[in-house]
Amino acid sequence: MVETEHVAQSPPSASQARAQPPPSREREFTVPPAFLTLAEAVICHSDPARFDLAYRLLWRLQTEKHLLGDVSDPDIVRAHALQKSVGRDSHKMKAFVRFKELPQTGERRRFIAWFEPEHFIVARVAPFFQRRFTDMDWIIATPKGSAVWDGETLRTSDEAAEKPEIVDDTDDLWRTYFAHIFNPARLKVKMMQSEMPKKYWKNLPEVDLIPDLIRDAEQRVRDMAEREASNTAPKFHAALQKRR
Amino acid sequence: MKKSLRERLAVLSDAAKYDASCASSGTSKRDSSKSGGLGSTEGSGICHAYAPDGRCISLLKILMTNFCIYDCAYCINRSSSNVERARFTPDEVVWLTLEFYRRNYIEGLFLSSGIIRDSDYTMEQMVRIARDLRLKHNFRGYIHLKTIPEASAKLIEEAGLFADRLSINVELPTDAGVEKFAPQKHPANIRRSMGALKIKIDELSEPTHTRRRKRFVPAGQSTQMIIGAEPTSDATILKSSAGLYSNYSLRRVYYSAFSPIPDASKILPLIKPPLVREHRLYQADWLYRFYGFGMDEITAGKPDGMLELNIDPKLSWALSNRDRFPVDINRADKEMLLRVPGFGVKTVMSILMARKHRRLGLDDLGRLKVSIKKVKAFIEAAGWTPVSLIDRGDLRDMFAPPPEQLVLL
Repeated sequence: MVETEHVAQSPPSASQARAQPPPSREREFTVPPAFLTLAEAVICHSDPARFDLAYRLLWRLQTEKHLLGDVSDPDIVRAHALQKSVGRDSHKMKAFVRFKELPQTGERRRFIAWFEPEHFIVARVAPFFQRRFTDMDWIIATPKGSAVWDGETLRTSDEAAEKPEIVDDTDDLWRTYFAHIFNPARLKVKMMQSEMPKKYWKNLPEVDLIPDLIRDAEQRVRDMAEREASNTAPKFHAALQKRR
Repeated sequence: MKKSLRERLAVLSDAAKYDASCASSGTSKRDSSKSGGLGSTEGSGICHAYAPDGRCISLLKILMTNFCIYDCAYCINRSSSNVERARFTPDEVVWLTLEFYRRNYIEGLFLSSGIIRDSDYTMEQMVRIARDLRLKHNFRGYIHLKTIPEASAKLIEEAGLFADRLSINVELPTDAGVEKFAPQKHPANIRRSMGALKIKIDELSEPTHTRRRKRFVPAGQSTQMIIGAEPTSDATILKSSAGLYSNYSLRRVYYSAFSPIPDASKILPLIKPPLVREHRLYQADWLYRFYGFGMDEITAGKPDGMLELNIDPKLSWALSNRDRFPVDINRADKEMLLRVPGFGVKTVMSILMARKHRRLGLDDLGRLKVSIKKVKAFIEAAGWTPVSLIDRGDLRDMFAPPPEQLVLL
């Protein structure tokens, strides 16, 4: 695909890269749209070399028009790796942000969440929360910036926020659910950990139940096996049998 | 004394955990930016937590009640079981769903129920929950309702207007199994319900010229069967799945390894759930749906009709069809690339794209994150021909982990 899009004379990455400046001003500067998608993700990564990489790709694209399709080129491989990592962190943010309710002051309910992302993704993911939690006010605070929604405007900032100390009683109901939806006969701890990496654990209200659930699982299954099936059915069963 | 909400939540989530599905993907894209309400579904599902059983928790999966007039041997909620009983009111289910959703614990609700009074009464209550969530509370998250097969067509149709997915469990892979272990359920009724639902889905997805299409079960219908409670072979199970996929356009067939339950019925074996077998069935199901394999191909050459437990079905197929290999990754068509053990759909797409630029060697595959060790016996690449590897008698042993015996409890 040779469809192109114009970009500004100095891309955001240019000022920070150590490579040479772009060619003379008269020359038209074009990149395929797919580069913008890729670069937008890459520059969210926490790797200090991300801007260099994005700039190098931008530079190479001026002569290697089909570079983006060359999925085994080392720069493309690296860019895709950063993109993937940002994508995964963004997905985990959508999954593991936990809102806690604040006392209501006006007509709308208010919630706050503390989250610790690996990359600079707050502004990237915030619109998802706006589309989803439209009818409530909320704040997502992180050490890498925050997002605030008040029903009209979504504001994001890059400044590190402080962790709020809030208790929400509904967390107890959630913990009850988490403990009881678990089937002790199917213990697969590794599977759980690969999908819910420990780096996200500290802000999840349910995870402190996990050690006990794991420890007791085997005993619970053994108890089920050892306890004989009861010989008497509940009363309503007998009544139901008669009805037939 | 009446149980608290929390106590009932404990009972009614305990009762729901034997349903395998927790999917929240594949429905229509929608959000609340225009409605100013609550909820969105944006294509891929989200797992908000994982339990130590490795299962994704995406939905609030609960029963409305675990009182039940049926007595299905494999079920924790059968009428003859002494399990603790509880019941939610429709309003309580609505409240729990919304409050859990607001805290971003879940993508939505998966509601099932024991059958109380009669099928229509139960179904009506479930539909009311879905209707209230959508209409009263402007909720746009995901809703999956477990349909009661005997409920009237009108109710099922109404459910479809509010739910993203409806499912009816076939329960066991064979009719004989259902007749024996779920005496009040009738396979013919289950099939009739699935058929009626398919027709309705097809009918309402026909584009019309005059008005907008009604949204009706956008994530389609699915079903579940319990594996390992009775001695059905994998070949029979997979054949039954293929029939379900093609006759009723099901989105998914879930396989649920029969798991020990409290106060289990004496007529069923109390075994460790056959998790590896369940996993192999899912892999076979995947090969059928995404890799162009026929179900019969997958189990062909297995005299007892059982998938091998120690290696995956794709590798197993390749080892018994060695004349189809090695596959030249620079020339083979997509269909054949998909059959190489160690290549996923994404890898195949990347290979097809990358080979337009140059002839690919093993190092190119390495950069695509392919395990060279796994694939090299089955492929040819620039600078690589497996010579005699594919003909080696011990090729299987190079892949298979040492066998392990599944133990009884």
